[in-house]
Amino acid sequence: MPSALINVPKKAKRGDVIEIKTLMSHIMETGYRHTASGSVVPRDIITSFTCRFNGTEVFRADLFPAIAANPFITFFTTVTESGKFEFEWIGDKGFSETAQASITVE
Amino acid sequence: MRIAACIALLTAMAGAALAAEIPQAERRSGYGFMSADTKAMQDEDTDNPGMLSVLDGETLWKRKAGTADKACADCHHDARLSMKGVAAHYPAFEKALGRPVDLEGRINLCRTNHQQASPFAYESRELLALSAYVAQQSRGVPIAPGDDPELAPFVEKGHALFVQRQGQLNLACANCHDDNWDKKLAGSAITQGQPTGYPLYRLEWQALGSLQRRLRACITGIRAQAYDYGSLELVELELYLMSRARGMPVETPAVRP
Amino acid sequence: MANSEHTRRTFFGITGGAAAMVIVRPANATPAMLQAAIRNVVGEANVRSGKVKLDIPPLVENGNTVPMTVSVTSPMTADEYVKSIHVFNEKNPQPNIGNFYLGPRAGRAQVSTRIRLADSQKVTAIARLSDDTFWSVTADVVVTLAACTEEAI
Repeated sequence: MPSALINVPKKAKRGDVIEIKTLMSHIMETGYRHTASGSVVPRDIITSFTCRFNGTEVFRADLFPAIAANPFITFFTTVTESGKFEFEWIGDKGFSETAQASITVE
Repeated sequence: MRIAACIALLTAMAGAALAAEIPQAERRSGYGFMSADTKAMQDEDTDNPGMLSVLDGETLWKRKAGTADKACADCHHDARLSMKGVAAHYPAFEKALGRPVDLEGRINLCRTNHQQASPFAYESRELLALSAYVAQQSRGVPIAPGDDPELAPFVEKGHALFVQRQGQLNLACANCHDDNWDKKLAGSAITQGQPTGYPLYRLEWQALGSLQRRLRACITGIRAQAYDYGSLELVELELYLMSRARGMPVETPAVRP
Repeated sequence: MANSEHTRRTFFGITGGAAAMVIVRPANATPAMLQAAIRNVVGEANVRSGKVKLDIPPLVENGNTVPMTVSVTSPMTADEYVKSIHVFNEKNPQPNIGNFYLGPRAGRAQVSTRIRLADSQKVTAIARLSDDTFWSVTADVVVTLAACTEEAI
């Protein structure tokens, strides 16, 4: 049951540059740690994060093991119309999660 | 250099006599020892990774479980009302068991007695999420452990454990957290060990963890044998720490280095 | 050099009471690996210093979660904008930290995240602008170790 915490303003004016904050629960296991018995803990990370607005990609990131657990990513975008942001996190072991947030542009 | 300083400090602590408890006016949450960056992580809910567990907890609160097919919400309804201030009173005396139970213990008693479900494992995602969700409803509420006279001997036991030297380093909790909280150990502030924000998100753990986990880590740190999760000793220590922090506001889910 | 560093940290971990759970291992990324990772992004292009700002604490309380913000001076118009930002480190097992792809509609060329640093080291951010020039900045970060860390998993 992974959960995401998304912060998108509910309203904005046309042409505003807004900040979007995202937090996704994920262990981000580096693949460089060992158990007490010496075996390597296999890598299990989110490798890609994408944000689309009304279907168009507005931001994307490639993540590596050096991104801390529960990846926190913030970025900016210009809003020109009301619509829906879609967020997608893809990773190892078939990890795939999405979240959405709507904005009203006045 | 750093190692030498570390050893010197530990030696000084081991040699020093125990001082008195921290005066009321000088008590400080671990928050006060943190860098501005770490404080910012706790201050904004949208930046605080502990909130992910609170969200999980909210989902679990409403989910039916066990043979009784009941959710927490079926009895306790809206947690924002029913659970406000509750965590500030824990650990609390449980008559049926004749001993105090902490918040995690209470949640598991609810599971076994009322939901007729199996208890959650200590430090499981579910137990941390539910305790974080419940405790978050007390954010800002002053810590007020019950003055139930039946609790008194357990607070006393907790205090005795707090000042008891143990482990290969022969240190008591009090040697660091009463006597040397204004100093540093290696690069880290020692802090007063005030339990104001549990369960909390530790940057070191990169996860949420309980006060029992923290206590066990500290005990391992002085190279003593840690008490088992759920043991009476850990609950007594939690109880003493909460009574020692009386009046300080709950910060759950706090963030700590 | 690398060997003595490792010995010091191992000893320090023991003094602290338990094995550190941070990525303490001898196989750090080598300068060659870092250069290769950067070449992989910039190709043969010249990387100039300037335009990029890296906000990262000079002294961090725990290398497992280090807040970091990269911003680039750019008008962010349709003709002149930041295409991407790439962040690298010197001493983690792998040189890459993250790649961030923006575009003119970002409005503001700024991204924040939280990263892991296995040791005190340099962090480098490189921006690719719309004219395919590359600009960079490097910051030094000192990572202190927690005094009492837990047993490994």
